[in-house]
Amino acid sequence: MSDWKKIAPLEDIPRLGSRVVEIEDGSIAVFRTGDDQVFAVRDACPHKNGPLSQGIVAGHTVTCPLHNWKIDLESGEALDPDEGCTNTYVAKVEEGMVYLQL
Amino acid sequence: MKERLVLVGNGMAGVRTLEELLKLAPEEYDITVFGAEPYPNYNRIMLSPVLAGEKTIDEIILNDREWYESNGITLHTGDPVVEIDRINRRVVSASGMEVSYDRLLLATGSNPFIIPVPGSDLPGVIGFRDIADVDAMVEAAKTGKKAVVIGGGLLGLEAANGLMINGMDVTVVHLMDILMERQLDKPAAGMLRKSLEEKGMKFLMEAQTAEVLGEDHVTGLRFADDAQGRASVVGGRKPGTTEIEADLVVMAVGIRPAMDLAQKAGLYCERGVVVNDTMQTYDPRIYAVGECVQHRGQCYGLVAPLFEQAKVAANHLAKMGIARYEGSVTSTKLKVTGIDLFSAGEFNEEDGDETLVLQDPAQNMYKKLVVRDNRIKGAVMFGDTMDGTWYFQLLREGTDISAFRSTILFGQHDLGDAGHGDETRVAALSSDAEICGCNGVTKGDIIDAIQTKGLFTLDDVRAHTKASASCGSCTGLVEAILSSTVGEGYEAKPSKKPVCGCTEHSHDDVIRAIAEHELKDMPSVFSFLEWNTPDGCATCRPALNYYLLARWPEDYKDDAQSRFINERAHGNIQKDGTYSVVPRMFGGLCTPSDLRAIADVCDKYEVPEMKVTGGQRIDLFGVKKEDLPPLWKDLTDAGFVSGHAYGKAMRTVKTCAGKTWCRFGTQNSTGLGVKLEELTWGSWMPHKFKLAVSGCPRNCAEATIKDFGVVCVDSGYELHIGGNGGIKVRVTDLLCKVDTEEEVLEYCGAFTQMYREEAHYLERTAPWVERVGLGHIKERILEDEAERKALYERFKVGQKVAQVDPWKARAEGEAAHEFEPLKISA
Ligand code: SRM
Ligand SMILES: Cc1cc2nc3c(=O)[nH]c(=O)nc-3n(C[C@H](O)[C@H](O)[C@H](O)COP(=O)(O)OP(=O)(O)OC[C@H]3O[C@@H](n4cnc5c(N)ncnc54)[C@H](O)[C@@H]3O)c2cc1C
Ligand code: SF4
Ligand code: FES
Repeated sequence: MSDWKKIAPLEDIPRLGSRVVEIEDGSIAVFRTGDDQVFAVRDACPHKNGPLSQGIVAGHTVTCPLHNWKIDLESGEALDPDEGCTNTYVAKVEEGMVYLQL
Repeated sequence: MKERLVLVGNGMAGVRTLEELLKLAPEEYDITVFGAEPYPNYNRIMLSPVLAGEKTIDEIILNDREWYESNGITLHTGDPVVEIDRINRRVVSASGMEVSYDRLLLATGSNPFIIPVPGSDLPGVIGFRDIADVDAMVEAAKTGKKAVVIGGGLLGLEAANGLMINGMDVTVVHLMDILMERQLDKPAAGMLRKSLEEKGMKFLMEAQTAEVLGEDHVTGLRFADDAQGRASVVGGRKPGTTEIEADLVVMAVGIRPAMDLAQKAGLYCERGVVVNDTMQTYDPRIYAVGECVQHRGQCYGLVAPLFEQAKVAANHLAKMGIARYEGSVTSTKLKVTGIDLFSAGEFNEEDGDETLVLQDPAQNMYKKLVVRDNRIKGAVMFGDTMDGTWYFQLLREGTDISAFRSTILFGQHDLGDAGHGDETRVAALSSDAEICGCNGVTKGDIIDAIQTKGLFTLDDVRAHTKASASCGSCTGLVEAILSSTVGEGYEAKPSKKPVCGCTEHSHDDVIRAIAEHELKDMPSVFSFLEWNTPDGCATCRPALNYYLLARWPEDYKDDAQSRFINERAHGNIQKDGTYSVVPRMFGGLCTPSDLRAIADVCDKYEVPEMKVTGGQRIDLFGVKKEDLPPLWKDLTDAGFVSGHAYGKAMRTVKTCAGKTWCRFGTQNSTGLGVKLEELTWGSWMPHKFKLAVSGCPRNCAEATIKDFGVVCVDSGYELHIGGNGGIKVRVTDLLCKVDTEEEVLEYCGAFTQMYREEAHYLERTAPWVERVGLGHIKERILEDEAERKALYERFKVGQKVAQVDPWKARAEGEAAHEFEPLKISA
């Protein structure tokens, strides 16, 4: 079932940035926020599938690069007034290494 | 223990200060409020509609008692403060309550001025200030018939109108020969008087009240006679008849700041309680806001400036210590239903001013603008006030109106741009009319969102419907729909617009702070200007990144994470997540081997589509992100650099054939274009920046709709600035003519640098030039040679850092993480 998968050292993800992880049926965007927390969501905006990994990160949100929807990284939900949700994945950082539960 | 803040005066300015304070520092103080009136804070402005029966008291309460409770504020109503004991730092109320303070806020408003004539203290003589006065007027209207309002100003006319609606026979007595002389000029005042007379209001002009008549209640007024011994009453009355009957007298001849309390406490007062730019009185623990205040010699009697004061006071009470109040220009509207009147600024012309007037007696319409040096100083409008807010904005921002001066009186919608509208135009539209072309939003969608979601501001509408959230050209229409849907109400538009929701500060504040306080990285800006988010947002971060880069090119380290993806990946993101690539072709020139190299690259990376762009270059569409670095490497090897087609940056220099080939060419336009592009490429800008050089006035390179355009002529080069194709076409302004190519380069560099230093992020040269005025630019670039040369030097310093090809760097491995996906390892 779902296992912890080792992804990369935390420093490989830029702060307030992201990296993409390819999985069988698409991509996951792994974000590192200003407070060094890590979040993972499906790399597709609930609006028109924009690549969220390419957006600007601020607080615990990312702004989609295509039409500026804001997505909450914890829940995957679009912030008011937009409506929609993208899948989230559980992520953790241990001894400087990022893991995803897949 | 928390510090204690006491507010004296539970009115509009004081409570607004508390609201602002709670936003900034909700936990800073234990707050106690004393109000002389028995009500929680209400909207005093709306007393006129209440008197006219258009609104109820409940509808005008701004903060109900629950609001005070839920914010932990102790409220004492109906209990005025009678003493401030500054030594022991406490206040004493009429009921004998004593409360200590660490800081005190005075917002006691003002009192109606009662003319000191015999009888003015008789029952039946009142002012027009609070709910009690309105109650008294409504009561009087039930029994009495005749009302006299002394004072033909804003307040007096609104009172008179209300009393008339309550069934009274109303005469307005005014000392001057024109109504509202502080807001209106003679023609407008005449039109106003005529309209009010048609509604049934009577006037006695140039009449000075000498005595209020009556024994135990007012029965009438007696007027003073003038020097000739003739009654100074005019208006069809017989000379010598100097009395008028009255069952009610309303004195609306002015207000006096309520400063007794402050004076008694020994605070320095002149016409009002004197405060500095931080709203502090002469006692540093005591702040004051509102009508009771005198600031830089001015007392204000309208809410918009008081709300600005409130913001500043709150900032200091919250101990942020950065805001300053620098005075306000005010505008006036009369709230008498059916009469449209607007005035702002200095509307009586003085020597050296010019007056623009549009008058149509048939439509009962009059507009006057007083202009000095092509900037609006004042405006008076009667009948058609639709553009009042626009003129007021031009006035406050000091906009140079020379470009549209000849049509300005016809209003904003006459500027020939598809997007601007007015309320009549909006009203005429059907509900399925498309308002926002970018986002496909109809009038019906907008009204629906306003009503079901309770929206009040343009930002709300933008967020919920996306209307006007993109190119913005429909903003005027959206605002018009908003105001016709939610009604007028009062609205105090802040005179400065914050960069975004993360801050109170405007673009200009930020630019200034970065320069003056030598802020050289983003965390310093956030902490110095007290940003209210830890790492900004997608709106402010790119702006700050630009400002820091532009100001400190050699010290600031560019922050990739604060750039939009296009600038981070150095390509244009497409709707399917692929990128487009546009190599730079200096001046649009190319060689067979350039074209061959591009063709090879397209074959090798299976580029799905190629296209010649509107900027005279070749675009390769549909490149996968991970292919970008190797593709760039091949282009770099063939001698290309990035075209920056994706950036808020210097874009293209379009050129025409020019003297080398064209039978009309006067100069080497292509060669000059290449030189200009070599000078300017790589430069980051507030917005995109385009150039063009045409070889003759036939202007095949369309130089007169570019940010900087050169039109070659026999005797030299015409330099044009501030043009824009795109959403709203703007033709350039002629900056000057120069003789040599060297001068073209110098003027171009200087102009570019001035724009880079002064414009707001995302403001193209066209709106920037309109905002600051051509005169301002000419002053620094034409008239001041030293300044021009210094600007040019600064531009070149910045270029040393900027002209590093980002594609080459990335082909060599920089920012590789941007392009490579991560692998799952276990
Ligand atoms: C590629 C090109 C169309 C073409 O195939 O010809 C183009 C494509 C885009 N233009 Fe443009 N513009 C192109 C020439 C123009 C021109 C013509 C010119 O430069 O002479 C104009 C009008 C002139 C002007 O700017 O004053 C033009 C006015 C705009 C505007 C409106 C700008 C304005 O101030 O009103 C936008 C929107 C914006 O920038 O916010 C825009 C935005 C865009 C964007 C970047 C939209 C976006 O954000 O994704 C398009 C990117 C397409 C892509 O994925 O590559 N494009 N665009 C042209 C690139 C020229 C080049 O070689 O770099
Ligand atoms: C009828 C009317 C129409 C108006 N129309 C407009 C308009 O269209 N546009 C516009 O911009 N402005 C308008 N104004 C002006 C606007 O209402 C005032 O500028 C604004 O209310 C002033 O705010 P303030 O807080 O300074 O004073 P106020 O709102 O008057 O508040 C001061 C409060 O302090 C109380 N107080 C005084 N002394 C003490 C004390 N010692 N202890 C405790 N409490 C005390 C007073 O009772 C009062 O409640 C209008 C005013 C009136 C009366
Ligand atoms: S006009 Fe410009 S922005 Fe609009 S679709 Fe064409 S390329 Fe895109
Ligand atoms: S695809 Fe993300 S906002 Fe449109």
